[in-house]
Amino acid sequence: MLKVDVQKQLGEFALQASFASEGRVTGLFGASGAGKTSLVNMIAGLLRPDRGTIVIDGDVVDDTAKGIHVPTYRRRIGYVFQDARLFPHLNVAQNLDYGRRMNGLAADPAQQSRIVDLLDIGALLDRRPGKLSGGERQRVALGRALLAKPRLLLLDEPLGALDEARKLEILPYLVRLRDEANVPMVYVSHDVAELRQLATQIVMLRQGQVTSFGGVKVLA
Amino acid sequence: MSEITPAEWTAILLSLRVAIIATLVATPFGIALAWLLARRDFWGKSVLDAVVHLPLVLPPVVTGYLLLLTFGKRGLVGGFLADYLGIVFAFRWTGAALACGVMSFPLLVRPIRLSIEAIDRRLEQAAETLGAAPWKVFATVTLPLALPGVLAGMVLGFAKAIGEFGATITFVSNIPGETQTISSAIYSLIQTPDGDAAAGRLVIISIVLALGALIAAEWFARRATARLHGN
Repeated sequence: MLKVDVQKQLGEFALQASFASEGRVTGLFGASGAGKTSLVNMIAGLLRPDRGTIVIDGDVVDDTAKGIHVPTYRRRIGYVFQDARLFPHLNVAQNLDYGRRMNGLAADPAQQSRIVDLLDIGALLDRRPGKLSGGERQRVALGRALLAKPRLLLLDEPLGALDEARKLEILPYLVRLRDEANVPMVYVSHDVAELRQLATQIVMLRQGQVTSFGGVKVLA
Repeated sequence: MSEITPAEWTAILLSLRVAIIATLVATPFGIALAWLLARRDFWGKSVLDAVVHLPLVLPPVVTGYLLLLTFGKRGLVGGFLADYLGIVFAFRWTGAALACGVMSFPLLVRPIRLSIEAIDRRLEQAAETLGAAPWKVFATVTLPLALPGVLAGMVLGFAKAIGEFGATITFVSNIPGETQTISSAIYSLIQTPDGDAAAGRLVIISIVLALGALIAAEWFARRATARLHGN
């Protein structure tokens, strides 16, 4: 469960968003420049709201009135960026293991092999990110975020940098994640078709304001 | 050209010891400073940057003299260190290492700073979202990606340290076996009537060491590029 009620001034641009989401996949929909990435960065703690509160799973991570701002690394979120941002000096297996190591979690080979199978990345484990295709990189980034055992997964246009064929290659994995991984997600996109397939709830943003909120039918 | 004499060996080994110690001690400070200059904005940053580069442009004799005033037995810092910690720099090989460390510091810091500036900061953000506290981000992402730059800086600093002359001779003089490095040995030999052959041998050794260091630094720089591209 995610509750967001924030305001942020970014130069000329004013962002004001308020919504509460119970859904498995909350779709953040809007044109580019609508403030989607800023909003996700605030949920991640990478950007600090000027005013307002953010609550993840009943845990207040931002409350400007009380001076609360939990740093990103203690929010236990996963973040999949448009550009996968894999660590170039580590191979795929080490990238996947990074979050577990940083959070001091015990090794969980069952979970590890489940995610590796789910995303079909078993054959890539020894490779360096520089030797992967765009689609493979994005699948590894998904696995890396999930294996840190986040309580919320943020996906910022994870298919945005891929061509149509690659998008169709990744979408089924995202659907499987939604149905099998048991982690609530916030999925940012400007693509109606993508959100129709994935989202269970929609937050529509226009020029920094939430214009509608509800089921997938608000996309119509 | 005949055999290298024991006296020349002494100078060569002393130079190596002085340069190695100077580089190893200076490196952690160099990394910290490079990070500060690359990543932080603070009041007086440009002044600090200038001070770090000062030994590069100041006459070495001036740097040596300033070291003598500061770290000599009667110097502000030198007196304190000698009285309370028993560390003496004046006319010791440790003083030569200090002089070499200061003189080579700008060359050490520069490649490290450049390689830290070249790191994609979005990778550090990604590390943070995966639960890495700031110091862990530094240890697991920033430093490994900057490592080729760190090594290149160490090699360049080492090469500079091994050739340092002006500041060293001013600060700790030219005492065989204690502070007489290759450079000051060459200086003494070319002032001696039949020192030409010995000077020539040391000159060749200097050239080989400097050339080797430059080639090594270049190699590390190429590795850095490959590493940042994930190959």
